[in-house]
Amino acid sequence: MTNYSFSSRFKQANIFSLILFFLSIIFIGFKGLNYGIDFKGGTLIELRSKNIEISSIRNILKNMNLGDINVKKFGKEGDYLIKVEQTGDNNKFIPKIKKKLTDNLNSEINFRRVENVGPKVSAELLQSGIIAISLSLVAMLFYIWVRFEWQFSIGSIIALFHDVIITLGIFSILSLEINLSIIAAVLTIVGYSMNDTVVIYDRIRENLGKYHKLNISDIANLSINETLARTIITSVTTLLALFSIFILGGEILRGFSFAMILGVLIGTYSSIFVASPILQFFKVSYKTLEKEEEKIVP
Amino acid sequence: MLNFSKINVLSIYLIFFFISIFSFLNFQNSNQFFEKKINLGLDLQGGSYLLLEINSDSLVEEKLQSKVIPLKKLLKDNNINYSNFKINEKTLSLTINNKDKFELLFNSQKNNPINPYIDNYRAFELEYKNTNSNKIEIFFSKFGLLTINNAALKQSIEIVRRRIDDVGTKEPTILQRGEKRILVELPGLKDPERIKTLLGKTAKLNFRLVSDNNEFGTDSLISENGEKLKVSKRIIMSGENLIDAQPNINNQNNEPTVSFTLDRLGAQKFGRTTTDNVGKRLAIVLDGEIVSAPNINEPITGGSGMISGNFSFQEATDLALLLRSGALPTPLLVVEERTVGPDLGEDSIKSGLTSLVVGFILVILFMLYKYKVFGLIANTALIANLLMLAGILTILEATLTLPGIAGIILTVGMAVDANVLIFERIKEELKTEKSIIHAFDTGYTKAKITVLDANITTLIAAIILFAFGSGPIKGFAITLAIGIITTLFTAYFLARHLTSLVVLNNRNKEVKI
Repeated sequence: MTNYSFSSRFKQANIFSLILFFLSIIFIGFKGLNYGIDFKGGTLIELRSKNIEISSIRNILKNMNLGDINVKKFGKEGDYLIKVEQTGDNNKFIPKIKKKLTDNLNSEINFRRVENVGPKVSAELLQSGIIAISLSLVAMLFYIWVRFEWQFSIGSIIALFHDVIITLGIFSILSLEINLSIIAAVLTIVGYSMNDTVVIYDRIRENLGKYHKLNISDIANLSINETLARTIITSVTTLLALFSIFILGGEILRGFSFAMILGVLIGTYSSIFVASPILQFFKVSYKTLEKEEEKIVP
Repeated sequence: MLNFSKINVLSIYLIFFFISIFSFLNFQNSNQFFEKKINLGLDLQGGSYLLLEINSDSLVEEKLQSKVIPLKKLLKDNNINYSNFKINEKTLSLTINNKDKFELLFNSQKNNPINPYIDNYRAFELEYKNTNSNKIEIFFSKFGLLTINNAALKQSIEIVRRRIDDVGTKEPTILQRGEKRILVELPGLKDPERIKTLLGKTAKLNFRLVSDNNEFGTDSLISENGEKLKVSKRIIMSGENLIDAQPNINNQNNEPTVSFTLDRLGAQKFGRTTTDNVGKRLAIVLDGEIVSAPNINEPITGGSGMISGNFSFQEATDLALLLRSGALPTPLLVVEERTVGPDLGEDSIKSGLTSLVVGFILVILFMLYKYKVFGLIANTALIANLLMLAGILTILEATLTLPGIAGIILTVGMAVDANVLIFERIKEELKTEKSIIHAFDTGYTKAKITVLDANITTLIAAIILFAFGSGPIKGFAITLAIGIITTLFTAYFLARHLTSLVVLNNRNKEVKI
């Protein structure tokens, strides 16, 4: 078993977390999130062609009066992604764009993917994404409250907020796209981070019952050390799988796996440096557990 | 925890065997007995996904319009005087002299010609409110609107199905989504434009006379060759009277045409009109536009006819298809569209599988390095886990999407957690406990709660994701959720049994994790 002094670093870690947290909120608030067409509406066209210039695609589309257009390289050489903000009625402009590009670029074009999301649907998708994330947080709060005491419940939920906000904050800072798969990643992060926190909390609860004389910061420290090997090994295997998706899984899964990698790192950190200090803040002791038992058995 | 009765062991391996055997069904081409397979999502096999929305507003107006004549008749028959009769989009307003009598008629539950009572909802189709003394406003009730909407949606789904079946794409999925939407999935379709064009037309066909007669009013429409024509509002016959329509080539000028056959009622109406109006022009109007306006040269009484209108053969084919399938009650709007080309799907499968294999090998090697013999056990459990996961997906005939593959890879990474938790716990127990068997036993017992707690939290996240996610994301939630369940089974039964074999066979030697 390792014997690092985590609890002596709690304060520094908490200041670091607070800075990151508020920085993230500031970025999300002022710079905003870079919503993809799933949540903003619009059209996305992925095409593959040899020997064409990105500037010629831009020029052809510029003359079509489509409003805001974004063309960029996407993954492999010769793959391009076009994003059009306009959402016309019944998407009649999609075949027009295809025809114009086919006629004007002197090269064979393979339209690999076309997606269009109308304004109504995108608003609904965003709404259900937000509901899903909120609901998962509430469900976790409730589960921990049932399985542990309320102090643990608050601690774990703050750690989850910490993870979700900082992950989104990094997406905001790097202007990475938020789409449906990022919502899936965030929910999985919530599950994973909770998983990590629960393992440490479980041990803290066990040790609180075992060592009445130790104070909570020593108990937390002991418990973190006892579970540290597991924490690291599980993070490593999960990260091995995630890096494999990130590097080999193709362009479509890249955002998702990147969010998950961030989430696993932040989630592991927060179970140790956020969730545990909060128990210390609430002055949790073996008495906290006993009180709860008295309540249950009157 | 290390003692297994024979029945326990037998049932563990039987469960494992029966579930995982299903995963092999995916590797055979066809089987008469078990036709179960994991389906590939549109993002993996390529195809088109369309979400269509009906708009029943125009239908509500039409329906309200149709109430005007019966309402006037009812008022007249019952000697109720009315004035200021106005129709304004969704409300009818009028002033009447006998409000009580009107109310009695309006809210009668039996044989009500203008305001039928809908038994399903226990409510009337229409409602009215008194604005001032004798002025009333009539409009559709909430349930009246719902009835109109539901009927329109049902009919639209039927017509969409007919049109798509007629085009002949393979295995289309057409489903109702919510109150106003229709989901259409067309696997393998590379370009949905033709389908979109076909679904974008309501295809309301009318036959109307070209005339200046003002009795019914006229519409000013442009004919197929640019002529401005006045067309009577009176509809002689509509597309509902059509039984069949087929594309043809006209023998005389080699032009593509559409020939149609009428039902008995249509044939009668058509025969009478063409007999009475020889020499006049008949406008064939589709969705408010004139397709053609030929001269009536002679009475057409045979119940069949031909439409020619400078079509290409493709246009004639499409028009015939639209006429055969019938008119949509309302226009359909494409509110979401996603098309993936087959080569991108193939690339996604390839990269998905590559990352799965690589991720799997990395995790296996890491576990072997970390836990040696017990790493072997954890890895056996992991392989069993994947087989069971694939087996359950097959039994459920689930749809595998690209995020779904990511879910499987993630399961590989996280599945070993259960065994890691247990092994680490045993390591701790081994330090204080002299009896090896006892240490393993307590290790399993103590880790049990933690393993459960830890996995239930991820399961909660997966279930919420399944409830709120759409399309490919649902695929991710499914693999993640099933992965958790198979993980618990393999870690707590399979791996535990294997561990017990190792421990019990080496009970007198030193066992190290």
